Amino acid sequence: MPNVLVIAELLDGKVRKSTHSAITFARQAGGTFSILVMGQGAKAAAAEVTGFGAQKVLVCDDAYLAHPIAERFAPTIAEVAKSGNFDVVAVTASSFGKDIAPRVAAKLGAGYAPDISGVKVDGGKLVYRRPVFAGNAYGTCSLNTPVQVVSARQSEFAAAEPSGGASPIEDVALAAKDPAAENVEFLGIEAAKSERPDLGEARVIVSGGRALKEKFSEVLDPLANLLGAAVGASRAACDAGYAPAELQVGQTGRVVAPQLYFAIGISGAIQHLAGMKGSKTIVAINKDPDAPIFQVADYGLVADLFVAVPELVNELKKATA
Amino acid sequence: MKILVPLKRVADPDNANKVKVNAGKLETTGLEWKPNPFDEYAVETALRLTENGANPKARLGEVVVVTFGPKEAETTLRGALATGADRAIRVDATDEQLDGDIVARALKALVEKEKPDLVLLGKQAVDGDSNQVGQLLAEYLGWPQATFAGSIKSEDDKALVVGREVDGGTIKLRVKLPAVVSVDLRIVAPTSVQSKHSPDHKYPEGVRFAALMAIMAAKKKPLAEMKLSDLVSDTALKITYHGFELPPARKAGIKVKNVQELVERLKNEAKVL
Repeated sequence: MPNVLVIAELLDGKVRKSTHSAITFARQAGGTFSILVMGQGAKAAAAEVTGFGAQKVLVCDDAYLAHPIAERFAPTIAEVAKSGNFDVVAVTASSFGKDIAPRVAAKLGAGYAPDISGVKVDGGKLVYRRPVFAGNAYGTCSLNTPVQVVSARQSEFAAAEPSGGASPIEDVALAAKDPAAENVEFLGIEAAKSERPDLGEARVIVSGGRALKEKFSEVLDPLANLLGAAVGASRAACDAGYAPAELQVGQTGRVVAPQLYFAIGISGAIQHLAGMKGSKTIVAINKDPDAPIFQVADYGLVADLFVAVPELVNELKKATA
Repeated sequence: MKILVPLKRVADPDNANKVKVNAGKLETTGLEWKPNPFDEYAVETALRLTENGANPKARLGEVVVVTFGPKEAETTLRGALATGADRAIRVDATDEQLDGDIVARALKALVEKEKPDLVLLGKQAVDGDSNQVGQLLAEYLGWPQATFAGSIKSEDDKALVVGREVDGGTIKLRVKLPAVVSVDLRIVAPTSVQSKHSPDHKYPEGVRFAALMAIMAAKKKPLAEMKLSDLVSDTALKITYHGFELPPARKAGIKVKNVQELVERLKNEAKVL
C-alpha cells in the first residue's frame, strides 16, 4: 500500500482549498499519507489540515519560501520524499502544482502522471486515468518507477472533508538550495481581487463569450451576484479583452466542474468544452441554434442573451424569493 | 540571442472530438497533422525576440527548431522554417519510443551541443495535454524556468521579465539566461513580446503566416537528422499506457422554450437552485 506525500498549496497564509483534492487522491490510493505544508507562515496554516487523517503534517516554514517559485520548493519536497520513504508525491493540478511537480519528478528520477482524473490499485500497482486530446479520450496508465509523482485534477477529485483526529505536526528543515533558484527573482503578483468564489471551488459558474462584447460585466454580474456564482469566460472573450485572462475556462485556463454551469453567448469550441464538460448541469444560452455548445448542454435556450439574461435574473428572483 | 524551440506535430486539435478508440487503442485516422498550437506560439515568440527593428533582414541571433518524429514530421519543421526559423533538426523516433521524460533528457543533450541562450516551448502539447517537458528539461539542465508565459520582456538579452499566467492572476518573474520558458496563448498578443531591438510597429494578433516565396526558400534551409540514440543511452520509458477509452457521453439535453421553463426545470427537475 502506497505511502503518499501530499503537497499543500498556500495562499495568503492559508491552505488553498485545492489542496483538498490531492488529499482525496491520497485517500483513494488506499495507503497512508502525510501532508507537507511549505511557505512563509506554514506553521500557522498547518493546523488547518491536521483533521484529515494524515499520519503527519510536516511543516517547512521559511521566508525563503515566501513566493511560489518551483526552484525554491522542489529541493525540499524531493528531500522529504526521500527521507520519509514516500512512494508517491501528490499535488493538485493547479498552476502551482503543474509548475512544480515535473521538477520534483526529475529530481527524484520518478515518473510523472500529470492531471490525473482517477486512481485505482490493481495487483498492488497504482493505475491512473487521465484525459488526453482536450478530454475527448481517457488513457489508463501506470508509471514504471518505484517513486512516482502525480498531479490530481481538482474538478475530478472532490475536495476531501475532515475525518477527525489530530495528525501530529512535525518541522522539517529546508533542503540545500538549488543553484538554479539564484537565477529567478520574484517581482510580484497581480491578482484579481474579487469577492466571488474561486472558479475551482464555485458551486455555480456563469461564463460568457465574445457575443457579450463590452457588456460582459453589465450583463453577467447581476446573474452571478444573485447566484453567488464565480464568473468565467471563453477564450474568445478573453482574447478580445472583454474579460481578464484569469477567468478563462478551457484547455488553456481553468478546468471546472460545478453543480451548475451557465454558458452564455459561448459557441462551444473544443478547447472550451475541455474545461467544463464535467459540470453537473449545463445551461446554454445562444442565439445560434446550431452552436456546438447545445450538444453538451442539459438545457439549451435559443435566444438573444441581452434579452434573456436580464429576464432570467428576474425569474430567478421570483423563483427563489 | 540563440533560441532552441522544440516542436511537436499533433492530430488536428480543432477536430479532437473526432478521435476514435478501437480495441483500447487511440485512432486519429482522417485527422490532419498540425503543429501543436502552443509550439507555434513559441516559434512566433522566438522570432519576435530575435527581430532586428533597425534592419529587418538581419536576425539578431538564431532560431533553431527541433522535433522528434518520423520523416513525415519534417513538414512541421519546414513550416517553422518558412515563417523565419533559421535551421531545423529532426530526431528520428516513433511515438512508441517517446514519453515526456525521454524527450526532456534528449533535449538536455541537444542543448549541451547547441548551447542556446533560451529554450522556448509550448506549455503543453494538445494531444497528451501533459504540460511537463519544459519543467523536466529545466531541472535536468539546472536552469531556471518560467512556465505559462503570457508576456516576455527581454533585458538586453541577459535576462527576461516573464509574466506567468497562473490561477487567479499573473506572476512576474525575472529569469537570468540561460533559461527555459514555456508559453501560453496570450504570448502572441500584439505587444506581449518586447526587447530593446523590437520593431516600432505592433504585431498583429496571433502567429505570422509564411509567404509563398518563404515556403520555397524554406526548402533550402538546413535540416539535420539525428538518431535518438545520439542523444540518450537510457531509452526506458517512465510511463506506460495500457489503453484508452472515450469519455462517457453526456445524456442528450433539451431545448427549453423560454426563460420561465428554464427556471422551472432548474428548480424542479435538476434541483440545482
